[in-house]
This record gives sequence, structure tokens and C-alpha cells, in this order.
Amino acid sequence: MESSSHLSLTRRALVAAAAATAGATTPEGADAQPASAGNSSTDAGTPAMTSVSLRVNGELRSLELDTRTTLLDALREHLQLTGSKKGCDHGQCGACTVMVDGRRVYSCLTLAVMHEGDEVTTIEGLGQPETLHPMQAAFVKHDGYQCGYCTPGQICASVAMLEEIKAGVPSHVTADLMASPQLTAEEIRERMSGNICRCGAYSNIVEAITEVAGRQA
Amino acid sequence: MRPFTYERARTPAEAAAAAARNPGAKFIAGGTNLLDLMKLQIEVPSHLIDVNGLGLDRIEATPEGGLRIGALVRNTDLATDERVRRDYGVLSRALLAGATGQLRNKATTAGNLLQRTRCPYFYDTNMACNKRQPGSGCSAIGGITRHHAVIGASEACIATHPSDMAVAMRALDAVVETVRPDGTARQIPMAEFHRLPGETPHIETALERGEFIAAVTLPPPLGGQQFYRKVRDRASYAFALVSVAAVVQRDGTGRVALGGVAHKPWRVEAAEGELTRGAKPAMAAILGGARPTHENAFKLTLAERALASVLADAKG
Repeated sequence: MESSSHLSLTRRALVAAAAATAGATTPEGADAQPASAGNSSTDAGTPAMTSVSLRVNGELRSLELDTRTTLLDALREHLQLTGSKKGCDHGQCGACTVMVDGRRVYSCLTLAVMHEGDEVTTIEGLGQPETLHPMQAAFVKHDGYQCGYCTPGQICASVAMLEEIKAGVPSHVTADLMASPQLTAEEIRERMSGNICRCGAYSNIVEAITEVAGRQA
Repeated sequence: MRPFTYERARTPAEAAAAAARNPGAKFIAGGTNLLDLMKLQIEVPSHLIDVNGLGLDRIEATPEGGLRIGALVRNTDLATDERVRRDYGVLSRALLAGATGQLRNKATTAGNLLQRTRCPYFYDTNMACNKRQPGSGCSAIGGITRHHAVIGASEACIATHPSDMAVAMRALDAVVETVRPDGTARQIPMAEFHRLPGETPHIETALERGEFIAAVTLPPPLGGQQFYRKVRDRASYAFALVSVAAVVQRDGTGRVALGGVAHKPWRVEAAEGELTRGAKPAMAAILGGARPTHENAFKLTLAERALASVLADAKG
């Protein structure tokens, strides 16, 4: 237990350091720009605090938060649920994907305070090391990752995505809008385009999802 | 992100009144574009009015035979609605061509209309941008313009509107229903909802301060074959270089609106008579007066070929 928490802390520190380095060397854009501007935020007013209660992985959690806190930061920094990852923090990479009331969303692009009473499911709620969710087991079996950073988001997104297909939600590649969407590799790829894997494990991810979908059908 | 206070509005009128009371306020629904811009301090509201609790999340049949889409209907739900898939395929297709599953689950009908341009010079706060900082100039002009407008632009701004949904709604002659801060309602045709940049590119819509979108109404179904052909740099999750929303009838007549070419969904009704003569004359009429740069002149050819492909598919 002790060694595993030590390991996770080391891993987090490493990731944080890597992110900071990336920010310092990025010439323009998201990471580099707000660091200095952020310090002047008190000019525009003092932080406003709000209380919010949400159900996270079946447990009611009440928090007192700065209104600016995203759902992702609430999960990671306030509830210590660090399975959901911060990749781009701009809704472009999918690493922060969680389910809110059963639907997949980017937790970095929504405020925690907007989720009063909502049911949030993170990767920790889907499965645990000793009780893996079938999708987690399939990702292990098919080697659906390399570094693993995008994996919690990939798994949350894929579990919710299969529910969307079941519910008849069409996609860009669905040929007939009036027919039930089919579970083809093309459909899976299109529907998972909101989750980037920098290691390029896509083909194995498609295999993992296909296996779970086949088992469900 | 700058600090802001937060409230949940219970009725559209209350939301509009709260916005009128707070000059620095913004409505927030899905938040997928607004929060992105707030993180970059391009949007710096001092107060957020959460409108998610207003109950405007239904799609209802209208007495005229059309559909009334609540402002808060999520993009996924609108694209999936059986009536939309059956009778307004161009709208369903346009929605599905945009963003990702996660974003469509959050993004709302009204928010989609109000999203800001993805012009990289608007996003880069070190660059001059008349939209972000009126009067500061336009760094896009003379810059890298591959993605920019080819028609209807001005000396002040050459940004495009990023929405796919709005292009389909323009083709369908949708009407935006709003509530003003004094409680009065009005209807704004899609043709007049988004503005060309002119001298004031920071004013993007016909909405007044505090005016709140309650719904978007679709006229009765047009029938015909409906298409949304989007051409982009990636197969998925990318904004349009050019997109064509089209409704084509059996006799070859129809309607066409374009995305990716202007500051608003681009439709020229007077040019649609040319559709029966083919893509070339039709697109020449639709994009007559275009002033592309050497980097985005390809959009004219691309639009014509995208329309040709749609017309070929319509013939079957």
C-alpha cells in the first residue's frame, strides 16, 4: 500500500514536471500564456467561493470551491481522484473524459459548480485493480496503451460510446440516419476521435472496444 | 481564469434581467467554448449566469408543422431526434460532422450559434485582433490565411464562423427566438442572426445586450435529399475548410449554404436558380465577388467540387 502510493506520487510529480517543461518551451498558445496573466487575476476581483454537492462514483461529496474550479480539478485536486488526467485542459485531447449522468464529457471544459446533484463516474468508479471493468480488462489484454496517460479517458469514453450506439445515436460515418448504427471499426474510430493517444495505440484500442462490444451484443 | 461570481437562473426572463443588471455577465450553458476562452483570458466575464436549469431542453412540433428546438437541447440529442433525422437530415448530418461525442453531449443549440471564431490570431493574445480588442488591428490580414474567409470579409476582420449546425439551419431558413431583458420576445431569421464583420467584427450577432435565446424554430420539412458535405484537414474533429449544406429536390432545384468561407453561414438565395445548370455556374453565382488570398483561393475550387459531389449524389 505504502509503496504503491509512493509510486503514484512519484508518477504525478514526474508528469507535472514534464508539463511545466513543455509550457516553458512552448512559444505561444495555451500553456505559455496564462502563467503570468493568472497572477494579475486579483485585479479583476477576488475569488468567489461556492458550495456544490455531487455524487461521485456513488458517494455524495460536498465541496466548497472557487467558482473557477473545473470538474476535472475538483476530482483531482479536491477529491484526490487522480485517474482522470489533465492533458491539454482545453477539450482537445480527451484525457479528462468522465461520465456525468451516464454521458461522456470533457471534465476540463465544465465547471464543478455547474454539476450540483449530478452523478459523476470516473475511471475509479468503473473498476478497481482487483475488480476490473470489462473494458479495462480488454485494454490490458489487447495492449490498448503504451504510456497509459490517455487510457482512463479512452476507457470512460469507450464505455459511454457503446451506450450511445445502443441508444441509437448516429455518427458522421453512419450511412443511413434512420437505421440502427452498426458496430464497425469505422464507427468506433469516428466515435472515439475525441480521445487522442500520443503513443498511437489506436488499432489495439479499436480491438479492445470491438471485443467488449461483441461480448455485449 | 479571472475570478467571477456565479448564479443559476430559473426562468429566461430572470436570466435576461440578470444579464442586463451585470455588464460583465455572460450566460453559460454547455460552456465548451466559453470556458476554453476564459482559460485563455480572451473572455473575462465577472459574472456567470448558469442557464442550464431553465427547462429549454425539449424539441416540440409547431402548429405550422415544423419543430421548435429549445435553446438548451444538446447537439447529440438534436442530431439523434427521430424527426430531425427523418425530416431535417442536413441538420443531423451537420451536427454529427462537428466536434466530438464528448463535446456534442454538452454543447447546446444556442451555444453552438454563439461560439466564437477559431481564427488563430483571435486565440493568440499577443496578436492584434479587432474582434478581441476592437481597434487593435487584424494580424490575420497579411498573415497565414489558409483557413480564413474568402467572401464578405472586411479590412477589419477576415475570420470565419466555425459552426456546422448554423450552416444547416441557414439552409433550412431557421428562426431564432429570443427574450429581451424587458421580457419581450422577438424572432430573428438565421439570415440576419450572424453579421458580417464590417467595421465592428466584435459584434457578431443581432442580439442586444442581455438578450437571451429561447429556441430555434425550423419551418415545415422541405423534403428532397439533404446533404452536409464537410471538407477538412482530418477525417474527424476538425473545423471545415469548406462545407456545403444542401437540400436538393427531384427536379434539381434546391438550396445551398456554405460554411468555412465567411463570417457567417453563406447563402445567396438569388444564386440557387443556377443549381439546375450544375455546380460550376451555381458556385460562381454563390461566391460571386469573392476576394480570397493566395493561400485560401483553393476554397473556391473546393466549394465548387464539394457541391458537384453533392449534386452527383443527388442524381444517384
